[in-house]
Amino acid sequence: MSGFPSGRTAVVGAATFGQGRAPGFEASDLAAIAAGLALEDAGLSLTDVDGLFFCHPTDTMGGLSFAQYLGIRPKVTDNNRTGGSAFQTYVEHAAFLLDAGLIDCALIAYGSNQATATGKLVSTVQPMRYEAPYRPLNPVSSYALATARHMHQYGTTREQLGAVALAAREWAQLNPEAFKRDPLTLDDYLASRRVSDPLTVLDCCLVTDGAAAIVMTRADRARDLKRKPVHVLGAAAETHHREIGWLDDLTVTAAQASGARAYAQAGLGPSDIDVVQVYDAFTINTILFLEDLGFCPKGEGGRFVQDGAIAPGGSLAVNTNGGGLSCCHPGMYGLFTLVEAVRQLRGECGDRQITGAERALAHGNGGVLSSQATVILGL
Amino acid sequence: MDVTHPDSEFRAFLAEGRFMIQRSRGTGAFVFYPRAVAPGTGARDLEWVEASGRGIVYSTTVVRKRPPEPSYNVALIDLDEGVRMMSRVEGLDPEAVTIGMIVCARIIDQDGEPVVVFDPVEDGQ
Repeated sequence: MSGFPSGRTAVVGAATFGQGRAPGFEASDLAAIAAGLALEDAGLSLTDVDGLFFCHPTDTMGGLSFAQYLGIRPKVTDNNRTGGSAFQTYVEHAAFLLDAGLIDCALIAYGSNQATATGKLVSTVQPMRYEAPYRPLNPVSSYALATARHMHQYGTTREQLGAVALAAREWAQLNPEAFKRDPLTLDDYLASRRVSDPLTVLDCCLVTDGAAAIVMTRADRARDLKRKPVHVLGAAAETHHREIGWLDDLTVTAAQASGARAYAQAGLGPSDIDVVQVYDAFTINTILFLEDLGFCPKGEGGRFVQDGAIAPGGSLAVNTNGGGLSCCHPGMYGLFTLVEAVRQLRGECGDRQITGAERALAHGNGGVLSSQATVILGL
Repeated sequence: MDVTHPDSEFRAFLAEGRFMIQRSRGTGAFVFYPRAVAPGTGARDLEWVEASGRGIVYSTTVVRKRPPEPSYNVALIDLDEGVRMMSRVEGLDPEAVTIGMIVCARIIDQDGEPVVVFDPVEDGQ
């Protein structure tokens, strides 16, 4: 028994703000606006928040700064920095803290103005001493090394990676909030500029601004709030390394472990999931995570996606907002997978809505396939 | 040879033209990168040993630069001792480096710092 309080907490508010370009705002401004929208969505206010879970793109004590910005005095301030998976681990920790009664209302928020501020990925990461002399273009080169192994071991092709990028774009075309909505063909993909072989510009996530927030409380309180509660059925994480060279097999991630534990907590398996949101920083991520989370066998990810299985109308709804590849990627994307999962379960997704979706999986990835965290949500 | 200052000793060996890695006396397991404590066991029994320098390319990429700046290779090398390191393979076009290629270490001076790179090994060498 994991002791995870399955179904005893719920997401009761969710919001995004400024996806794409949001000139004139600092990162904390964007996060604060998203936080306010998520609290309004829940019918709660800042004065209700007693647990703050926050990650700032460049301020390593951002949790403290954000409490100050909001003018709140949280009992719990979680500033963990496992990378883009931090937000899934926040859900895991918030569920335990809420269930134990340490806190009553958790606010999980993120915001970034990286695109308008610098035009590139911002990060606090320092080059690793034993990698730096070889000048990997990180994070791209690390994911490229994993992609090269997947191609070598399983025969995965550029066309199959392209199918991931095309599916993301097709979903983005159904999402008014998505940043990249112009048509994308396989020829465009195959002709795109190489960055770190075998990855090209169109294998890489966007560089955008954007903010997101969710609000969690206990299930009993959630019933009295204004929105349909989305229950947290399982949440688990695992870290295997920091730099890519210390992942034993570059085609197998810690998502196998985080996913297995999250499924066990929820009492569900891959076939029970209606909507899948995975952190697609690069096209290989979607393939690796679909394998590691049990949606297809190891090594079959490329063949699984190649004929549009994860595009709109396909057999499995994956990254229905357009993902980090075509919707938004403000440096850390994990929270956006959670917001999209919540919106699908509430039935708010308009043209991209998966009819009757009752269970969703939102998977976060941090570092270079380093930290993996899986959340399973259900009505 | 005991390890007292992992990183500075590693660099000092390289400056002498010696590629040294660590081994745990208790388990015999080799360790890279240099540390004060053995990963997995926590044992403080690491010693320096000369690396064979022989390895195999585990994965490879080419970092693409805008001409005239040359593109270059970045590779993960599995040493015969069972440890992996990031490096690059030199002496051939960066895109000609392939997974499974047998390679051998060489220490070069890069911007005043000794750095381990690898060369392809011809059959039978």
